[in-house]
Amino acid sequence: MAESPLGIWSVPLAMLAGAIRVSTPFIFVSVGECLTERSGRINLGLEGTLVMGAMSAYGVALGTEWPWLGVLVAAGVGLLLGALHAGICQLPRVNDIATGIGLMLFATGLAFFLGKPFIQPKAPNLGAIELGWWSSIPQVRQALQVNWLFVLGIALAFALAWALRNTRWGLIVRLAGENIDAALAMGVSVGRVRLIATSIGGAFAGIGGAFLSLYYPGSWNEGLSSGQGLMAVALVIFARWDPVRCLWASLLFGAAGALSPALQSIGVTQGYYLFSAAPYVLTLALMVATCSPERSLRGAPGELGAVK
Amino acid sequence: MTLIGAAHIPPHEGAPTLELLGFSKRFGTLAALDDVSVKVGAGAFHALLGENGAGKSTLVKCAMGYYAADQGQILLNGREVEITHPRQAHELGLGMVYQHFTLVPNMTVLENFVLSREKMPAVVDWASERQLLHDYFSTTPFAVPLDTPVADLAAGQKQKAEILRQLYLKRNLLILDEPTSVLTPDEADEVLSTLKKLTEAKQLTIVTITHKFREVNAFCDTVTVLRRGKLIGTRPTRELDNEIMAEMMIGRRENRVVVEREAHALGEPVLRIAGLSVADQVGQLAVEDLSLEIRAGEIVGVAGVSGNGQRELVETLAGQRHAEAGRILVHGEPYAATRAQMMRHKIACLPEEPLRNACVPEMSVAENMALRSFDQPPASPDGVRLERRPMREVARRLIETYRVKTPGPDAPIRALSGGNVQRAVLARELSSEGDLLIVANPCFGLDFAAVAEIRARIVQARNRGAAVLLVSEDLDEILQLSDRIVVMFDGKLALQTDAAHPDVGAIGRAMAGH
Repeated sequence: MAESPLGIWSVPLAMLAGAIRVSTPFIFVSVGECLTERSGRINLGLEGTLVMGAMSAYGVALGTEWPWLGVLVAAGVGLLLGALHAGICQLPRVNDIATGIGLMLFATGLAFFLGKPFIQPKAPNLGAIELGWWSSIPQVRQALQVNWLFVLGIALAFALAWALRNTRWGLIVRLAGENIDAALAMGVSVGRVRLIATSIGGAFAGIGGAFLSLYYPGSWNEGLSSGQGLMAVALVIFARWDPVRCLWASLLFGAAGALSPALQSIGVTQGYYLFSAAPYVLTLALMVATCSPERSLRGAPGELGAVK
Repeated sequence: MTLIGAAHIPPHEGAPTLELLGFSKRFGTLAALDDVSVKVGAGAFHALLGENGAGKSTLVKCAMGYYAADQGQILLNGREVEITHPRQAHELGLGMVYQHFTLVPNMTVLENFVLSREKMPAVVDWASERQLLHDYFSTTPFAVPLDTPVADLAAGQKQKAEILRQLYLKRNLLILDEPTSVLTPDEADEVLSTLKKLTEAKQLTIVTITHKFREVNAFCDTVTVLRRGKLIGTRPTRELDNEIMAEMMIGRRENRVVVEREAHALGEPVLRIAGLSVADQVGQLAVEDLSLEIRAGEIVGVAGVSGNGQRELVETLAGQRHAEAGRILVHGEPYAATRAQMMRHKIACLPEEPLRNACVPEMSVAENMALRSFDQPPASPDGVRLERRPMREVARRLIETYRVKTPGPDAPIRALSGGNVQRAVLARELSSEGDLLIVANPCFGLDFAAVAEIRARIVQARNRGAAVLLVSEDLDEILQLSDRIVVMFDGKLALQTDAAHPDVGAIGRAMAGH
């Protein structure tokens, strides 16, 4: 441990850095899914949307040298995939969970197919904001490198929480998610509300994907997401459908994901893969702890098929 | 007119008259309504009586624009109006209050009220909305807490909130669909007498669908009776008594089965519950430290307003929910609601909503009737294979004995009407001659004939020596059937009394928590 001036403190520091860096895709996907689920629909396809977003953002950044244009395109691709999911779900006798899994496989496969030429070349990355300028310790400076998308994700979480509580639009989204009959009786078009909510949720997930390929890890390959989109969906349940709690939960998952590299950096190399599984184990443990066949989850939108 | 301010000072147009002329509506081959005309006077408190399937709900849903009638004309204040969508009805001042609540449970009262307004600002200023609604509630006959999520309100308060919302939206003709079915008698009286005052002041016209003669006699001035989609008559309440109303509703009296309860000595205790605690769906204790004993040959009636732990109690006894604490003994042995124990102790269970709680809707009537016995001879000679023929024969016999109306034993049970699903499940459960019968709201939503028959079957089971636990929200049912009455309030037993000389006032007060 002589190589690090921080000693054992480098583990929590690395986990903080990880929480900031790894959590960003979680924040975008879970906040987006939170919006979708509050409107009464579940979109399991966000894993696919995340991968498609990552691929298209990388491709655009590579072609135009403008990484931020890549982010925008990724959001657009996510929007279209969300709209596709919503459109299919509006057909009679369609199950949103099955559709979501189908779209997840479709979008992942499509991304791998279209993304083959982007695996080798290096695209320009999104820049970072240096928040560690006050410190002379390189680890601290590195840990406090924050990307604009992280800031945007935090802002989105708070903005969505505010909008769901204080705007007409937010109340109507919640109404569509809580009680279809009441929504119809008030003349709300439930299908349209869900179309919009699912599309926006998809756009958020697309941005999350752009972060993966353009900032951290910052390249395009097929193992880029490794299930983060799915974990983010589980995280929404853990966060009880509250966008701000989605944010905290994302940070927790990010920290868990950074555990393994952090331990490695101080020389604990045994069980690297075991510690890499920390976020997955955490997901499973949270689900087991919070779900029960005899209890419905408090805060669950009334019309959400998966929790009825 | 500003969006927020002016909406709260209703320029009262007063109670309207409503005429429904020549309404007909067919669903497939069934004539749900056949040339029905009703005239409701301004400021009337008009009752719509009839058995299930008589067409009451169809009629009002046509008037509200939920269904398109095949024929029919609506006159409001003498002028013909066209209502093809609920929104048009709302704009004309027609509002409906349902038996089941329509307020969104996960939202607060305030959010629900603001949301239901025609025009809502893009960004809601909660402080001023709260103040406005608070001021509005000071002008209404009753009020409800503004910042409580609707899910946490008691049933009576929920119904008050539903009615307040209609008044808040300036509806001056209210259609109430069994508005008091989830209220205690006291709560019902409070709500209805307030509405009565509003009708007497000619601010409101009310049409109410009800089954309760007591409420008709106490509050309604006119009664319209429907039977099988046809109009039987409209008469002032003062010309009617319960006998005449019942006759108008049913038309035939010979079908009423009355079973005499045999006087006999009670047997051994069959069910013994000691210190039982059960958690509800959100993890709070719904049943708390409850102890109860039921002996062979008695019906113990559990009265109470819904939501006081009755559902969780029944689910625990039926094996759908586990207990947090306490012991359940059947015939002196610990009981954990396993299939083997149910078989050994001959436990029969008729839960509420049997299609959901005791049936597999997509399976056939015969298969559903075999759910208790499919792994035993004759349905299964060795516990592995299934024999269809004996299963179907048993079902045919039960269908005949219990007069289940079904196209045949192979029809999916989902296709049966509510009363017939109830009969089918009762047939299955009673055919084993059980020692312990657990029944929850067995007659909810059934018509007179079916009610009488099912109640008779329950008394028969008691007469042959079964211990019966009867959980019901219908106090009349409890009073009619029970040997002993207990009242459940807030997860605990609030009162135990002998049913031979019941103090109905004390029972009502215990149901309301006094």
